[in-house]
Amino acid sequence: MSSRPGEEPLVELNSVTKVYGSGQAAVHALRGIDLRVHEGEFVAVMGSSGSGKSTCINIIGCLDVPTAGTYRFRDVDVGTLDRDQRALLRRNFIGFIFQTYNLLARTTALENVELPLIYRGVPPKERHRLALQALESVGLSQWATHTPAELSGGQQQRVAIARAIVTEPLLLLADEPTGNLDSANSQEIMKLLTGFHRDQGLTIVMVTHEPDVAAYAQRTVHFHDGGIDSDTLNHDQVTV
Amino acid sequence: MFGNIIQLAFRELRRNVLRSALTILGIVIGVAAVIIMVTLGRGTTQQVTEEIASLGSNQLQVRPGERFRPGGVRTAAEQFELADAEAIEREIAGVRAVAPVASRTLLTVYGNANWRTSVIGSDNSFFVAREWDVESGREFTDSEVRSGKLVCVIGATVRDNLFGNQNPLAASIRLGKLSCEVIGVLAEKGQSTFGMDQDDVVIVPIRGFQRRIAGNLDVNTIYITAQSSDLIDKIKQDVEALMRQRRHVSANEEDNFYVRDIREITERVTSTTETLTALLGAVAAVSLLVGGIGIMNIMLVSVTERTREIGIRLAIGALESDVLRQFLVEAVVLACVGGIVGIALGLSGSALVSPMLNIPFVFDPAITMIAFAFSAAVGVIFGYFPARKAARLNPIDALRHE
Repeated sequence: MSSRPGEEPLVELNSVTKVYGSGQAAVHALRGIDLRVHEGEFVAVMGSSGSGKSTCINIIGCLDVPTAGTYRFRDVDVGTLDRDQRALLRRNFIGFIFQTYNLLARTTALENVELPLIYRGVPPKERHRLALQALESVGLSQWATHTPAELSGGQQQRVAIARAIVTEPLLLLADEPTGNLDSANSQEIMKLLTGFHRDQGLTIVMVTHEPDVAAYAQRTVHFHDGGIDSDTLNHDQVTV
Repeated sequence: MFGNIIQLAFRELRRNVLRSALTILGIVIGVAAVIIMVTLGRGTTQQVTEEIASLGSNQLQVRPGERFRPGGVRTAAEQFELADAEAIEREIAGVRAVAPVASRTLLTVYGNANWRTSVIGSDNSFFVAREWDVESGREFTDSEVRSGKLVCVIGATVRDNLFGNQNPLAASIRLGKLSCEVIGVLAEKGQSTFGMDQDDVVIVPIRGFQRRIAGNLDVNTIYITAQSSDLIDKIKQDVEALMRQRRHVSANEEDNFYVRDIREITERVTSTTETLTALLGAVAAVSLLVGGIGIMNIMLVSVTERTREIGIRLAIGALESDVLRQFLVEAVVLACVGGIVGIALGLSGSALVSPMLNIPFVFDPAITMIAFAFSAAVGVIFGYFPARKAARLNPIDALRHE
């Protein structure tokens, strides 16, 4: 299944527990889950709301830390890192796509894509070139100077994808990337993600609750009540 | 990276032009007020200093003080006499001129015109001591001084009011009930520091003044001019010793007179104006503080409004320090823009007001720099708290923020 002997997993969760609050009001979002994702995998994470999938992806994205258990990213124990060290992991290795796109308003598509490069300290000219290239790879080079308000939902999500892949991350985390889109745009987005996975070997972990979106992934992990219900390879993966 | 942040800050502030403008208004008013107050204050100080210095730096004034009666009662000490002035001239080394002065306000009349003015009894050394030239006509002759014959040298204001365009020389004017020949007109001196018209004066020989106008032998003030300003301290000591002896002040009593040099008067006056300047500056600085609170307030609003943006930035790899710097720079840029506008406003304001108040416009680069540095500091201090609040946001919560 997900175990490939002789190769260290990119993402490794061991008995990860996450508890919000304490005492009577404590909410157990994750109840000791084990999960491994290897480089080059495309994993869909499914489950009803409240099943813990968002918490899990936040932990994988180093935005949150486990209450108990360990999370190792590239063999680094993330639980021992401070805020800034985790920010550096995100900066250097992880790209994010969100359901609500989360582009900076009143900022052009190009500038939005340049943003992660700014924090990486890439010089302006190089930044500009890379950002344009990324926009081109999502088919939006014509829209570089437009602000999010002037773009459709599908276009905004493609800008967000360009922003996520411009730094050539090891891991792309997509949190319901098609949740706000119609089926035509959803397919468009999924084609792009599948393309990056296939052509560049990008590792993708994607949260969704649409089975036809999950069908693009190689592997599907089902969450239920803070635990993993099933973890199956997808034999009839949609190819594009 | 840093140029980028400043550019970003300016763009952010341009997005809310009205809000930014209103926010910096507090700083603008604060800085402008500080600069206007201090500039006008410095101008006043300089004017006072110059005017007093124009009286001569080698001048001493001797005036009667207070006398202490048994039971702690204070009364005015007795006046000087001509003999005191003569004694100073005779016994104290390094003295160039000693001018005894007595004065009284009288009505002067010429033809139909009359004018109330200050009549001063003195002698020719008065013109030396006050460094004041007789512009037309002449000074007193020795016999006029000795005999006490009433002749007078008049100031420009008195000439203008009594004679208009007529030639006053050799004319006879009335001083109170007495008739007096005009023998000279003094050069025009203009207003004194304290707004008094120095040219509003009539000078007569002191003996004549005492005998016929005052009816006593009092001398109110003795002006002393030293041969050089180095001698001032020595002369002052000598005069004090001499006056204690002549006025029979016993060793355990305080002086019942004052000997003041111009320097001392300058110091007293300038220290007063400087204190006033500092006070006004401090009051103005309070508005800078209020401006700073305005910046903090608007930065807190801005952080709340842009919570999601902060979440995005943190998620894609901004460090706490990156976010902190971004918001801090924004606050400092706000404050500095306010500072620059305030400086421009303050300087042009004081350049405009100074001539109206008849004081020189003194551009002080130091206070300008201080005002600017202060406004930048206000930005840092009042921007820090909101910026830290932004930097410490939890990215997950910030991303969920609506």
